[in-house]
Amino acid sequence: MTTFHKKLWIGLIIMALLSPIGILLPEKFNAGDAWGEWGTDTLEKLLGYVPEGLKKLTDLWKAPIADYNLGSESSPFIIRVLSYVVSGILGIAIVGGVIYLISRLLIKTRGKEHRA
Amino acid sequence: MHIPDGYLSPQTYVPLYGASFVFWAIALKKMKRELSAKYIPYLAMAAAFSFLIQMFNIPIPGGTTGHAVGAGIIAILLGPWTAVIAVSVVLIIQAIVFGDGGITAIGANCFNMAVVMPFVSYWVFKLVKGNATAGFRLHAASFLSGYIGLSISAIVTAIEFGIQPLIAMSPDGRPLYAPYPLSVAVPAMALEHLLLFGVIEGMITAMLLKYFLKHEPESVYAVRGVLSAGVEV
Repeated sequence: MTTFHKKLWIGLIIMALLSPIGILLPEKFNAGDAWGEWGTDTLEKLLGYVPEGLKKLTDLWKAPIADYNLGSESSPFIIRVLSYVVSGILGIAIVGGVIYLISRLLIKTRGKEHRA
Repeated sequence: MHIPDGYLSPQTYVPLYGASFVFWAIALKKMKRELSAKYIPYLAMAAAFSFLIQMFNIPIPGGTTGHAVGAGIIAILLGPWTAVIAVSVVLIIQAIVFGDGGITAIGANCFNMAVVMPFVSYWVFKLVKGNATAGFRLHAASFLSGYIGLSISAIVTAIEFGIQPLIAMSPDGRPLYAPYPLSVAVPAMALEHLLLFGVIEGMITAMLLKYFLKHEPESVYAVRGVLSAGVEV
């Protein structure tokens, strides 16, 4: 690993450690969901109803670490903050790992074609 | 900008899966032909960066939140086709593992943030940069690349939301999926990205490009034109 690569990886880890800023700031400034990403509770409040088709699809998938939170919505703030950091580190590992596998696979299959 | 499950009708999310699939196939083919092993760490880091920068939610006081995506700087550094794969992997992991963006909307979210954004960003960068290799013109090009790329991506997302009431209504006249019409969705999403989130994306793009040009200029695709043995556009 070159020094430049090492610096970039360290930068990414620092980003993961600082990531809770991304939940602290919205909390501090009383900002809610991104536009168009409301849950059904919020939609009910906004519209007075939940669209029928939306209701059917909304719980289609149960993500293992929903909302980057290992606890629940009612967990203490510190749990949400720690979950966020863990999610960031996990994200680096999973995303980096998948990219590495795809790249290796692409280069490997290319090698075979060249030999053929 | 991560569309959840239920906001898009099948008439919208199925074709958008198709569109993204076409771009994935072309991108993988190009990478298979031209990716050099030397660039794998950069590719992994680029995807990790996109994942992390999206965690930094930026608040509009008393309103909504948004975030940068990083697809513009990745397109400049590694080429737009490589950015398609890097950002798509991020979006797919976000949907499956973290529930950020719907499973049915993976095609749509990848189209908006991993196809539209890197290509728009890359074209804007090339267009504004012209022959400049340094100075104000180059910085303006990288800022506008991120700014316009993210804003267009948000507007495309808003159009997908906004056409839902036109596509599917229940018999009592209520929308079945995303409830707001184009006249609400497009101004809302365009404004917040043009005024705040896009500016931040632009600044991040400009700062990172400056850093790379200073420390490892030969690694920058949009300046060099090829990805080592390079993914040529």
